[in-house]
Amino acid sequence: MVINVTSPAPQLKQTPLNRVHRQLGGKMVDFGGWDMPVQYPAGTIEEHLRTRNHSGLFDVSHMGEIDVKGSDAITFVNRITSNDVTKLIDGQAQYSALTTPDGTVIDDLLVYRFAADHLFLVVNAGTTEKDWEWIRSHHAGESVELKNVSTEYCQIALQGPEALSILQQLTHVPLNDIKYYHFTTGTVDGVESIISRTGYTGEDGFEVYAAAEKGEQLWNKMLEVGKVGTETGVLPCGLAARNTLRLEAGMSLYGHEIDETTTLLEANLGWICKLDKGEFIGREKLAQQKEAGLKRRLVGFEITERGIARDDQEVVIGDQRVGKVTSGSPAPYLKKNIGFAYVPAEFAAVGGEIKIDVRGRLVGAQIVKTPFYKRAR
Amino acid sequence: MANVPEDLHYSKDHEWVRVEGDAAVIGITDYAQDSLGDVVYVELPKPGDEFAPSESFGSVESVKAVSEVFTPVSGKVVAINESLADEPESVNSDPYGTGWMIKVQMSNPGEVDSLLTAAEYEDFTKAERE
Repeated sequence: MVINVTSPAPQLKQTPLNRVHRQLGGKMVDFGGWDMPVQYPAGTIEEHLRTRNHSGLFDVSHMGEIDVKGSDAITFVNRITSNDVTKLIDGQAQYSALTTPDGTVIDDLLVYRFAADHLFLVVNAGTTEKDWEWIRSHHAGESVELKNVSTEYCQIALQGPEALSILQQLTHVPLNDIKYYHFTTGTVDGVESIISRTGYTGEDGFEVYAAAEKGEQLWNKMLEVGKVGTETGVLPCGLAARNTLRLEAGMSLYGHEIDETTTLLEANLGWICKLDKGEFIGREKLAQQKEAGLKRRLVGFEITERGIARDDQEVVIGDQRVGKVTSGSPAPYLKKNIGFAYVPAEFAAVGGEIKIDVRGRLVGAQIVKTPFYKRAR
Repeated sequence: MANVPEDLHYSKDHEWVRVEGDAAVIGITDYAQDSLGDVVYVELPKPGDEFAPSESFGSVESVKAVSEVFTPVSGKVVAINESLADEPESVNSDPYGTGWMIKVQMSNPGEVDSLLTAAEYEDFTKAERE
């Protein structure tokens, strides 16, 4: 078999936790220019299951952060993103997207509102520079101060049904009072932090932002109080588990389900397109597309035969090659092989049968409702 | 450190060969399974299929990726490890034992001599990592 060896490349960017990942035996890979752990010795399946059943810890410090301050902060961000920023209250976060004039996606992001004149944007790692340029170049005289603060922060995600009880041991902030997609500031293990009840796994959990140099302390402390090394204790989780968890939870990954060629509506992200909120970049095209009807749609599918669909494989209906898999993988918790794909809208109904070209073999699949996995509440 | 048993022969594609008379049992190495991660699916040929050396005889899929596996020696498949259909994780837990993949009747047993010894394979993987 062929093994892709990634030798430590000095030009790769490192998060503040790089040394810790290596100490923990993380298998490091080049992820969009970042030297990141794809998995730890426990392995992707165990990391995935532990997060679903107990808790998992993720280094997401590679994500970018952009600070927007000033009296026009809301007006400005509302004009460059698709969701309605005016609906946010202090201490609330919102999933949204930076859109092109065509209604396609520069990036998906979280918009945090600290105050009416202070928003905080959290963007994808691989797109941070692009986003930063995009945001700056679309600034049109609004009274805002923009600052790319990506390197100042570490970001650690503690996810899973036991995340709250673990994190609670490190803070006086009453975590259960933070609602989903809300956040607060407070100390974690004495470290000034943003504590956000958000995540990318489909589980309850928190994302903690703090000064980069406090990353190791917070990470190690969370592992310690989470009883790492015990059978049900917290497990450090790599990017592979992060990907399978988000896929099961039906969440999009930039560069896969969404990019500059897919519109938000095609990607089933109509719920973050507030077409009646007022003008924003791409609004007109999105409204037109909604009016005219979609030509293609993102669907979730489950493989019904032996085989695993992988990214970029073709979708076949009849003798027509009609679309492509955007993410395909085994789903460790569901114990099924699942994926997302774009198909012509007329074939997008749940229950529809499609085939995936798995390296020359046509493998049957059925279109299913997403999310594939939904936690019991 | 990856386990590299002395008594086996190795390919540069990270397969191992155990010679049993004119037959060769083939699997992937400990180093290979470790690089791959959790194996969730193994696709094997049918008994009777014939392969030239370095030909793809199947694939191993982990959560993250799929890798083809290649025949280190030529021959006809006389047995496959059917238990891998239900327990593909044996490739991770016991790559040289219950994780074996196929057994071939070698058409040219001399081909084994061109494979790597355990020591050579260890050097090879070390160099690959550097």
